[in-house]
Amino acid sequence: MAFLELEHLEKSFGATRVVKDFQLSVEKGEFVSFLGPSGCGKTTVLRMVAGFETPTSGAIRIDGQEVTGLRPNQRNIGMVFQAYALFPNLTVAQNVGFGLRIKGQSRNDIDRRVTEMLTLIGLPELGDRYPFQLSGGQQQRVALARALAPRPRVLLLDEPLSALDAKIRVSLRDEIRSIQRELGITTIFVTHDQEEALSISDRIVVMHQGVADQVGTPFEIYNRPTTRFVAQFVGTLNLLDATVLNAATGQVSVGGTPVALNRALPGGGTSLSLALRPEVVSLGRHEGRNLILSGRIAEVHFLGSVIRVKVDVAGNMISLDTFNRPDLPPPAVGSAAEISVSERDLLVLAE
Amino acid sequence: MPAVSTTPSGARRRASAFLTWAGVLPFLVFAVLFLILPTLNIVIGAFRSPDGHATFDNIIALFSPSILAAFWVSIKLSLITALLGCLVGFLLAAAVVLGGLPGWLRGTVLTFSGVASNFAGVPLAFAFISTLGRVGLVTLLARDWLGVNIYAIGFNLLTFAGLALTYLYFQIPLMVLIITPALDGLKKEWREAASILGATGPQYWRMVALPVLWPSLLGTAALLFANSFGAVATAMALTGSNLTLVPIKLFAQIRGDVLNDPHLGYALAFGMIVLTGAANLIYIVLRMRAERWLK
Amino acid sequence: MMGRRFWSWLAVFGSFLYFFLPLLGMFMFSLRMKRGELSFEAYRVVLTDPQFQTTFLYSMVLALITIVFGTLISVPTAYWVRLKLPKLRPVIEFITLLPLVIPPIVIVFGYIRLYNTSSVLPLTGSWLGTNLLVLFGYTILSLPYMYRAVDTGLRAIDVGTLTEAAQSLGAGWVTILARVILPNVLVSVLSGAFLTFAIVIGEYVFAALLNLNTFGPYMFWMGGNRAYEPSALAVIAFAITWACMGLIQLVSRFSKFSQVKR
Repeated sequence: MAFLELEHLEKSFGATRVVKDFQLSVEKGEFVSFLGPSGCGKTTVLRMVAGFETPTSGAIRIDGQEVTGLRPNQRNIGMVFQAYALFPNLTVAQNVGFGLRIKGQSRNDIDRRVTEMLTLIGLPELGDRYPFQLSGGQQQRVALARALAPRPRVLLLDEPLSALDAKIRVSLRDEIRSIQRELGITTIFVTHDQEEALSISDRIVVMHQGVADQVGTPFEIYNRPTTRFVAQFVGTLNLLDATVLNAATGQVSVGGTPVALNRALPGGGTSLSLALRPEVVSLGRHEGRNLILSGRIAEVHFLGSVIRVKVDVAGNMISLDTFNRPDLPPPAVGSAAEISVSERDLLVLAE
Repeated sequence: MPAVSTTPSGARRRASAFLTWAGVLPFLVFAVLFLILPTLNIVIGAFRSPDGHATFDNIIALFSPSILAAFWVSIKLSLITALLGCLVGFLLAAAVVLGGLPGWLRGTVLTFSGVASNFAGVPLAFAFISTLGRVGLVTLLARDWLGVNIYAIGFNLLTFAGLALTYLYFQIPLMVLIITPALDGLKKEWREAASILGATGPQYWRMVALPVLWPSLLGTAALLFANSFGAVATAMALTGSNLTLVPIKLFAQIRGDVLNDPHLGYALAFGMIVLTGAANLIYIVLRMRAERWLK
Repeated sequence: MMGRRFWSWLAVFGSFLYFFLPLLGMFMFSLRMKRGELSFEAYRVVLTDPQFQTTFLYSMVLALITIVFGTLISVPTAYWVRLKLPKLRPVIEFITLLPLVIPPIVIVFGYIRLYNTSSVLPLTGSWLGTNLLVLFGYTILSLPYMYRAVDTGLRAIDVGTLTEAAQSLGAGWVTILARVILPNVLVSVLSGAFLTFAIVIGEYVFAALLNLNTFGPYMFWMGGNRAYEPSALAVIAFAITWACMGLIQLVSRFSKFSQVKR
């Protein structure tokens, strides 16, 4: 049985259903991200796990114990908030020790645990400071230490990085992940940033309009998105219009070129969209990439190590990435170009 | 328009500096003539004998029993109405801000507080006389409906207790107006963070919310103290000369009714300034502390 | 959760009783002038009393002049300090807060001592002098509200840029103040003005100690000599205070509206 189980969770505010039939099993020590645009219900699910919202229906189980009806302060969960939420009247050490003080632990035990936690987050000398004397990144680390100090069963992170500067965001992200691995704590991380979710998670739940569209590892989510929303929300995507020639065998035509997808196609329509990631498209002909399309170079963006080229193929704008090569200048805008793709890499998306 | 020269000579620079200062001169002259000099005159007068010599006699005279008694009544009245005003105002503001009541109530309470905190003086005394006076509305209702004659069981509007009850009519709203922003400053996340760390509601209030609000609460209490200490008209219209408060004594002295030593009047006024000044100083210092936390 | 809401309603209800009963009391009492029936007799008597008319008019004129004078002294000063003398701001702010610290009765005591008939500037000796003195006194009393409202209003606009823009178009100082700055802080000025009106209209201590027959002393005198009329006066005074606060709300709401439109 999984460590954290969410069964058929539903939440309505008035007539609006913000979470619909949400199902998820999280293994012990797993790091799961909820990824989606704002208003998709990801924060609501997190707040139901924390106990700040009561599910309209469904159940939440932690380690086999039903917690759906428990108050937040009875659940033994740790949480880090977007806006730090450190208690301004308490020092860093007092903030970290808050949960232990509530549990009635002895002063010695609290001091020891606080020192341990402050060392873990790399701020061992800041125990006597007040929150207003810390930078945003430091405050969020302290918030993490405060959440972890009472040894919670589950750690919830509600967009903990979005209030921080870009550089600190990346370094703190890696730090959170390494601390989580070290402690082996089951973690749910809510974010709207796909790069964050891809880089940090064991598994990702992509949410859209209150529904979990797809659950999978970052590799699966990125390379085999099952819905159009997932494919578009995670990463950059090119779309190609295709005409269905034979749905059963997967024969389609792209701009007059016949393509054999070698898999059954969904639905009975005569046309569909094929999706492909920028990095599976190459300029020029290559071995094993037998779908060749010709077009015209529309834009060239030199990004340093990578050059992103946009090619106009019969009205479809196709982005592709090539690595920078010092001996080879980027193609000129307006020149004719051929691109090649392997049929394997073409994604067929459900609407 | 002041001429801006690329090579300002000394004289021109002086002239432009003078022009710059000239802009605030009317205000400064006005403030000095009608605020600062009159106050200084009182303060200096408190340390002068009638023939112009420096003396502490007037200050010492403040410690005569009758004047001490007046100060004691004034301080007691101000303290009690400040503390009660703080307590009730806090509860009302907390109910409106945090109590989960309908949203329109907040605006209504705040607007009414703006009105009531300015509804002081003579009309306020009239309102209470016609409500809790000997033939006031509540007095009569209590007699006719409940069979209780509140005057027979010891209540009298024209006493210390009645005056305190009346002062609360402007003290409570002032508290509501000042403490509401502080309550708004309590972040929802603090409560949630405390509760997910295992704290109950009372534990959250004891360990986080009240310590955060403490400077604001204490500071506002000091402000309410000063507010009630300086009030004259309400007390005079309500109790006449029944109660000897410091400002009433000073009023009588200025009118020339009671004391015939103006320098004792200076000392009385000086005492008032010291007390309200100290209360305001506490307010300012604590307020700065509160703002530091809420940054 | 339900418990919290219950206690909140209780607190609101208790406060409502405390604040509403005196208002009801004074209103009911003001209707009881005629024996055995409720009537507006007390209001009729008060409103037709020539004393009421003159004192009320007197206080109203004083309040209006105070507002004009307060605006004339607050707006240019606050503007100038923001533009040219930002270092002076704490000092000016401290001065404008002093009237909240020093009780009014002390200030007027100082006036009487400083400007009596045997002083260099014998303002209390003449009708005009006394009226000027009470006008200045009321302006001082209104400073904390007037000046601070204006200063807050100026904070919202970029004084320096507006001034330079007006100067580049050839405007002089008076034009800048009257046509550029004042319209932009008009809402603040009006808020301060209504509050000043509410304070001045029933003010007692200054008027009584300077022997002026304004509305405050009139009300006080009525309180000592009549039964029902004081309640009618209290109702009128309360209505004025309420109207002033209502107008402040109205004006600030209007300003939000105009900002959205802009």
